[in-house]
Amino acid sequence: MDRETLLKIDFRLLCDEFPFTKDFFESQGLPIPEGSVAEFVANLSEEKLEDLGIEPDEFIESFVAFVDAVGSLTEKTSKIDSLRIIGGQNKFGEAEDIDIEIKAGEIICIVGPTGSGKSRLLADIEWMAMGDTPTKRHIKINGNDADKSWRFSPEHKPVAQLSQNMNFVMDLSAKEFVLIHAESRFVTKPEEKVDLIIEKANELAGEKFDADTPVTALSGGQSRALMIADTAFLSKSPIVLIDEIENAGIDRKKALELLVGEEKIVLMSTHDPILALMGDKRLVIKNGGVSKIIETSEAEQANLTGLQELDKKLNDLRNRIRNGETLETI
Amino acid sequence: MRFVTVSGPPSSGKTSVILKTIEALTQSGMKSGVVKFDCLYTDDDKLYEAKGIPVKKGLSGALCPDHYFVSNVSESFEWGKKQGVDILISESAGLCNRCSPHIKEILAVCVIDNLSGINTPKKIGPMLKSADIVIITKGDIVSQAEREVFASRVAAVNPKASIMHVNGITGQGAFELSTLFADEETETDTLNGKSLRFSMPSALCSYCLGEKRIGAEYQMGNVRKMDVDNG
Ligand SMILES: Nc1nc2c(ncn2[C@@H]2O[C@H](COP(=O)(O)OP(=O)(O)O)[C@@H](O)[C@H]2O)c(=O)[nH]1
Ligand SMILES: Nc1ncnc2c1ncn2[C@@H]1O[C@H](COP(=O)(O)OP(=O)(O)O)[C@@H](O)[C@H]1O
Ligand SMILES: [Mg+2]
Ligand SMILES: [Mg+2]
Ligand SMILES: [Zn+2]
Ligand SMILES: [Zn+2]
Repeated sequence: MDRETLLKIDFRLLCDEFPFTKDFFESQGLPIPEGSVAEFVANLSEEKLEDLGIEPDEFIESFVAFVDAVGSLTEKTSKIDSLRIIGGQNKFGEAEDIDIEIKAGEIICIVGPTGSGKSRLLADIEWMAMGDTPTKRHIKINGNDADKSWRFSPEHKPVAQLSQNMNFVMDLSAKEFVLIHAESRFVTKPEEKVDLIIEKANELAGEKFDADTPVTALSGGQSRALMIADTAFLSKSPIVLIDEIENAGIDRKKALELLVGEEKIVLMSTHDPILALMGDKRLVIKNGGVSKIIETSEAEQANLTGLQELDKKLNDLRNRIRNGETLETI
Repeated sequence: MRFVTVSGPPSSGKTSVILKTIEALTQSGMKSGVVKFDCLYTDDDKLYEAKGIPVKKGLSGALCPDHYFVSNVSESFEWGKKQGVDILISESAGLCNRCSPHIKEILAVCVIDNLSGINTPKKIGPMLKSADIVIITKGDIVSQAEREVFASRVAAVNPKASIMHVNGITGQGAFELSTLFADEETETDTLNGKSLRFSMPSALCSYCLGEKRIGAEYQMGNVRKMDVDNG
């Protein structure tokens, strides 16, 4: 639809075609226009314009920009087959001699001491670095430089991040929260997604929770489970970055399977041996640069089962303590 | 010299973000200065001084700080040139939600934090709606999903802005922001003759002019009454 039509067409017809145009007015606390958008703006009183804090021309420009941005969001089907990291320099200015290509469906772990530069590597990927960060790294998508406009439009970025913090400050139930998140991403049939996410989150969480539980009342494990399921099913981003998430109280194996399931590229900074061995490769960071790449060997993979048993054992012991039992025999 | 206006609600993280951004600018060889506008009191100047950043402070007293800002911004700009800085940043707290310091053709930044509630973006006036860059802080305190919801609310009220997440404490994102501050397009010789992006109401009512007494007979000018009898 061209600009002219967009502004002149009856708003009800516009809404039939692009339901999200309503959100523009709702999110500014305005009534839904009767007639066209152009008429609506022409009829705004001085008072209302002053309250809005925007000039009429600006308002029109804003509306057009909004429709553009959201329109391209809902159309988006860009596919990412590979992510390439070309080395730059470490903290001492020495060359970082790496060139790694990561394919869709791969899990890459990032390991190294605190302060070594793990988060910086993730930030380089998020920023689609082009030699313009302190590390001088280059990130290429499908073999090319990334689209620079991604940097400043969080909703177009092909990257989702699961960060250390899983707290909530909003006063909403789990269901309401996932619903407004789904709506903010303009997904179709948000209610169905919400049910799916709550169900999957409950499969991951050690202790089950109800859809009506306020998000601020979820336990650490429950909110992590909710956020992982949310990222897996809401975010269309083909690249997922995970920065040292705490993983107590969730089924790590299932969580990773959920996240990678839809042919995503996962990069995860971690100290957890189980997560590390689930990765296909490990990038070892030292002094701000990747110093070594370790492929998870068959022998390591074979040890994964043993590690998981150990982990289960520790978990059982934790539960026994929780239930007031003694650990005289273990 | 380049000039950037940074505004935002009190405690949204303006000073923290500016400090981290200046750190990144310094590393790339640019010298920065700050003019800080506030109402009655501020200690921010000491924070800037402690980092060796030239700083000028202006207190508006009983005036709206944004009105005070426009009346003094041209002089502040000249002050910045005398300090020999490459980039001058103004920090002002948006207190009345109706005024905004943003100037046409001058890079305009609004800082807002994730904790302020999802309905805040629609309550903030031209300071947010006419900004070129909106910085969202305190993302470390909430989950990714909550950050996204908040950012989408900001994008709905200002779809043209570049929206960035910056952590005022660790400085994550500040380097990225500094590349926008350093953009040559922000270079300006003088502010004289430039124009505000959005008009500021002068004294709206008798209370703006210092009236203290309550009651209809003391009210003049642009007075709006709420409808207490209906709905
Ligand atoms: N957790 C967290 N706190 C922040 C962040 N940015 C700023 N703060 C804190 O918020 C408070 C207000 O920040 P300040 O920069 O003084 O805000 P200003 O009034 O807008 O200049 C200070 O205690 C900062 O340390 C952030 O990204 N995360
Ligand atoms: N190659 C590099 N060159 C310059 N600074 C770097 C480099 N790599 C990391 N840093 C800086 O080192 C600091 C610590 O890195 P960070 O990624 O937070 O470490 P980690 O996440 O491993 O604890 C950060 O300020 C980061 O920007
Ligand atoms: Mg880190
Ligand atoms: Mg301040
Ligand atoms: Zn004012
Ligand atoms: Zn008044």
